[in-house]
Parts: sequence; structure tokens; C-alpha cells
Amino acid sequence: MKNKELRFKIVDVLLLALIILPLVAGLVIKVLFSAPAEGISITGAQIYFTIPMPIQNFPVTEAQVNSLLVVFCILGICLYMTHGVRAGVPTRRQALAEWAVETLESMVHENMGPFFSGFAPFIAGILALSALSSLLSLLGLFAPTSDVNIVAGWAILVFILITYYKLKGGLLNYMKSFTEPIFVLLPLNILSEVATPISMAFRHYGNVLSGSVIAVLISTALAGLSNLVLGWLPGVLGEFPLLRIGLPGILSLYFDVFSSCMQAYIFAMLTMLNISGGFPQDLYEERKRRKAEKRAAREKNAISNS
Amino acid sequence: MELAIGIILGCCALGAGICMGIGAIGPGIGEGNAVSKACEAIGRQPESKSAVTSTMIMGCAIAETTGIYSLVIAILLIFVAPNIMVNILKSAIGL
Repeated sequence: MKNKELRFKIVDVLLLALIILPLVAGLVIKVLFSAPAEGISITGAQIYFTIPMPIQNFPVTEAQVNSLLVVFCILGICLYMTHGVRAGVPTRRQALAEWAVETLESMVHENMGPFFSGFAPFIAGILALSALSSLLSLLGLFAPTSDVNIVAGWAILVFILITYYKLKGGLLNYMKSFTEPIFVLLPLNILSEVATPISMAFRHYGNVLSGSVIAVLISTALAGLSNLVLGWLPGVLGEFPLLRIGLPGILSLYFDVFSSCMQAYIFAMLTMLNISGGFPQDLYEERKRRKAEKRAAREKNAISNS
Repeated sequence: MELAIGIILGCCALGAGICMGIGAIGPGIGEGNAVSKACEAIGRQPESKSAVTSTMIMGCAIAETTGIYSLVIAILLIFVAPNIMVNILKSAIGL
């Protein structure tokens, strides 16, 4: 009994380490690879190293590394939350995990209908990845979502899913949906179809990036202001940007915490609405019914022939 | 040469300012409308406050999109475009 408890605790600590280690690794990599910065500057994702490729060199940037680390962190969180799950009286963390899963499943069921109930893990994955990626900026790391490439990747994935479910109503019906309500609107419809992933990517990326840009601008301005006001003080007191204390923290509470969670929620919501909204339920069911009828007729023919 | 680079930098900054200024009008009006209607709805039915608030925040974030587009353009104009333009100018002159 005691041995079992000890093993449980050891595994627990290992899983906690799996959550924390990626974040520490990100910090260490950032410190090791980044050149000493002069003052405050706004740059894109830093390129750690480039892998030579035949067509074009493949740069490995901060954003890619950090998003991979976030994936490992989420894996650790999932394993930790579900470690020691038991029937009957749930433990505290099991109750939390159950609450999260139930909330997400009911959300997906409400917004997408019963046909898409299996989408809950995918939506949960997008939600967690997006939220934790944006929250990574709280640690001073580069948030992967403020690089357009990462978010565009997710948006393209969602676009492929949307198109796949639209095609379930038949290729001809899919093509016909572009000429509705009249044929003249064909270019506009194609444009609005292409605009979906672009708008999703830019909405998320722009919001996160704007937060970091505004934070940098304001902290620079406050440093300049405190230099202007308190610069006459002797020694360290004059150099220390005293006015920078406080306000950037409050702004970070909005831009980093509220805005990132909000954007993650909106990205997941739009994914759900786009996928379930584009899916032609009645056409799909009709097609399925016709296929079943055809198969039945063929089987009947085969039976009567033999 | 210096004059040309100066004109490029100035026009980029000017363009970014105008872009952000005009681009912020639409979302501002739209979000104001949304919030005023939400306030009316809450005043009429105080018990539906949480549902109205969450829907309003969602709608506001979507109405913000066009403003975010102009923000992205402004950021590109300030941080990315000057370098590219100056490089094009230099290669055109043959430096």
C-alpha cells in the first residue's frame, strides 16, 4: 500500500516536471541563442539556426520551437490531470478534468449539432494550443501566435476541414453553391471562401501582436518620461525607470491574459461555426440514402441473377 | 538619395497613421452600437446578463477584425516596408 502511494507520487512529480521542463527549456534556449539586445526593439521571431535545403534554406525560428514546447506542455498537463483517475469518489484534479471535458463537449454539441459531437477533442486541442501559446508571453518568451506563420497553419488546417465537410454534399453541389443566389456572384463567392482562413489567421495574429507592440511602446515611453522627470536625481536613482512600475503590468493583464484567452475562444468558436455552417446536412443525408438504395438494388440484382 | 529615402520614410509613417486612423472608425462605431444594444438588453432583462455579455464580447471581437487588418497594414508600413522600399531604391540606382 505504502509502496504504491510512493510510486504514485513519484510519477506525479515526473509529470509535473514534464509540464515545467518545456517552459524552462524555452527560456534556456532563448538565453543561449539570443544576441544581447540594445535597448528596446520590436522584431519578429528570432531565427535560431537554418537547415540547408535543396530549394530554399529552412529557418528554425523562435515561434516554431516555442509552439513545439507548448505542445509538450499541454501533453504534460493532460497526463497530469488524468493521472490516478478512478471511478467512484473523484479526486480534486479529476473533478477539474471532468468539468473541463464536460464543458467542452456540451459547447461543441450546442454549437455544432449532434453530427459533429466527435469534434470535441479537436476543438479542445485548438483552444488549449492557442490559449497557452498566447499566454507564453507572460514568461517573457516569444508568443508563437504573434507570428503569422503559426496561426496561418492552423487556419489552413481549418479551411481544409471546412472544404472537406462541404464536399460531403457532393462535388457538383459544392460547385453549385458558388453560383448562389445568381451566377454573377461567382467571383465574390470564391473571394469570400478564400477570405475565411485569411481573416481567421489575421484576426488572431493581429490581436496578439498589437498587444505586444503596444506594451513595448508604452514601456519605452514610460522609461523616457521617467528619465525626463527623475533624471536629475544622482546615481542609480536617476537611471532607474521608476515610472515603468505598475502600468505595463496592468496593461499586460488585459493584453496578455484576457485578450489571449478571448482570441483562443473566438478562434475555436469560428472553427466550430464555419465547419458546421458549411456542412450541407440535408444534401449529405439525401446522398447517403440514394447510395444505400443503389447498393440494395445491386444486391437484389446479384441475388436474382444467381 | 537622402531626399528619396527621407520621402520614403515619411510616406510610410504618414500612410501608417492615416491607415490606422481611418481603419479605427468602422470598428469603433460598430462596437459602440453592439455595446449600447447589449446595455439595453440587460436593462430590459437583467437575468440574461451573462448570456448577453458573452455574446457581446464575441461579436465585438469579430467586429474588431477590420480594425485589426488596418493595424497589421500599419505595422507592416512602419517596420517592414521602409527596408524593402529603400533596398528597391538602392538596387534601382545601382548602389
